[in-house]
Amino acid sequence: MKTINCEKLDFSKLGELIREEKEVELINCEGQRFIGAGTENKKIIINGVPGNGLASFMSGGEITVRGNVQDQACDTMNDGNVVIYGSAGDATGYAMRGGTIYIEGKAGYRTGIHIKEYGDKKPVIVIGETAGSFLGEYQAGGIIIVLNRKDDKSPVGFFCGTGMHGGKIVIRCAKEPKNLSPKIRIKKANEEDLKEIKRYVFKFCEYFSEDANRLLNSDFYILTPDSENPYKELYVQN
Amino acid sequence: MYKEGENETKISSGCAIAGVFSEVGEMISGGIITEAMRTMRERSNGLGGGFAGYGIYPQYKDYYAFHVFYSDKESKKACEDYLDEKFEIINLSKIPVRKNPHVTDEPLIWRYFVMPDHNLLRDSQLDEREYVARCVIKINNEIKGAYVFSSGKNMGCFKGVGYPEDIGDYFKLEEYSGYGWTAHGRYPTNTPGWWGGAHPFSLLDLSVVHNGEISSYDANRRFIEMFGYKCTLLTDTEVITYALDFLVRKKGLTMSEAAAVIAAPFWTTIENMSDERRDVCNYLRKEFPSLLMTGPFSILVGWNGGMMALNDRLKLRSMVTARNGSRAYFASEECAIRKMDENSVDFFAPRGGEPIIVTLKGEKSNPPITNLNCFAEGDI
Repeated sequence: MKTINCEKLDFSKLGELIREEKEVELINCEGQRFIGAGTENKKIIINGVPGNGLASFMSGGEITVRGNVQDQACDTMNDGNVVIYGSAGDATGYAMRGGTIYIEGKAGYRTGIHIKEYGDKKPVIVIGETAGSFLGEYQAGGIIIVLNRKDDKSPVGFFCGTGMHGGKIVIRCAKEPKNLSPKIRIKKANEEDLKEIKRYVFKFCEYFSEDANRLLNSDFYILTPDSENPYKELYVQN
Repeated sequence: MYKEGENETKISSGCAIAGVFSEVGEMISGGIITEAMRTMRERSNGLGGGFAGYGIYPQYKDYYAFHVFYSDKESKKACEDYLDEKFEIINLSKIPVRKNPHVTDEPLIWRYFVMPDHNLLRDSQLDEREYVARCVIKINNEIKGAYVFSSGKNMGCFKGVGYPEDIGDYFKLEEYSGYGWTAHGRYPTNTPGWWGGAHPFSLLDLSVVHNGEISSYDANRRFIEMFGYKCTLLTDTEVITYALDFLVRKKGLTMSEAAAVIAAPFWTTIENMSDERRDVCNYLRKEFPSLLMTGPFSILVGWNGGMMALNDRLKLRSMVTARNGSRAYFASEECAIRKMDENSVDFFAPRGGEPIIVTLKGEKSNPPITNLNCFAEGDI
């Protein structure tokens, strides 16, 4: 695997160098934007801080980040797997259409907004700790899992799932999250519900050396849109 | 130097900000913050860069340091005549600069260390700071081609048209050191940039750098101009500076209370607060509704002895904070903080409307009426 030293490298030049390789490890990354953007089958390991727009429009491959990522990571990502050994910034996974993101720590505001699914394309975002406000706003498909591994009392912020009309948000917490939109159905997860997310939890625990049994033997709440009339009063009183 | 939009044109921007603050008053070179801005180059477009340094003039710490832009010799003469009349000028000089190929069309840039004229101050029956503030507003509003862009004690703003790293080089910031620095890289989106329109915007020792756009600018401006302020630089950020000066210096609010005015918690959040906090937040929203600022913003506010980071309550702009011992770091992007200090830890993104305030240890500040942090445990 080739190593690229990113020090003082312009983001477009770095993009050119990455395009020439199949597998690459980046060192001293200092905020270069759009790493892995639009790539299809690469394996990229990043040391340092990747800039905004990491893995945007990525259609496959694997990106591992040894540290935090900034804003807009995995914007409109189609497929592939992104593993973050740290926390993620705002708007992570914006309008994602497929693939998986595993975040060891926290996720910023507006994580997973507008994510959608079609056929076998189903985006999944797994958040190790907590998420900021507007989690899954206008979500249209896919799954967002908040594992809340440090047992925070407020695993999600304000306006979680507002305008949601598809997919689901799964939150590990002892009490039902407060102040949710009335257009969301909330229920405690049963064995059947957990089946679907188990493989993602196991994968998360494998990446970040967490105890899967400890996480799974807790209460989870599942948020889904109220499908009776999902568009009623979504934007305006009608 | 020219001034854009001689009407009520609003300028919005999407920019880069960074800050560093030593709580024990360690002197930090301005070169550090210049390098931090370089990593966020894509956030700016070369139409504005600027810095504010605190604790940089210890030899003149008891005098107001005026940094002034002049479009020509006539404006300089008119302004100096006015300064001569109203102030005792202790020292004056051109601000030393280094020629930079990317910084051009610069105005005349002068620095004056001044004290209000003793007799005029007494006769005015004004508090010394109010006297100085009124003179600054008068110059900026009435003397054509003269702009006082920095007017605090033991602090100074440096700004111009260019990328921030070029502006830092132009003003030789590595030769200054202070306990606190803020910086800004500008990306004006509606109108061209000009020297006066670069950030920081300051009045007395209060300075603001801002990433975002204040949608409520005109409502805020109409309110604040009733109290003698004049928005002469035609950008949205200017009004934040005056609003904070009004709330903190004139109304005696703490910085955290002022934050609860401009980035007020939602009514739904206020409803769920404890009685005491609910009363205060209710009061602040009802007393100063015209200073509620809407639209996206992340700002860094500097003043003598402190610094505050604040996001709009919806958090529509990025802001990261970190620490290393007694040093606090702030930036739009984590990479800028790592550039300032590779050993920084405790990276944290403050929530929308959650002020992060750092002060010099031992510095006197108004005690808060109550803890206004609307994010206490169990609120959500």
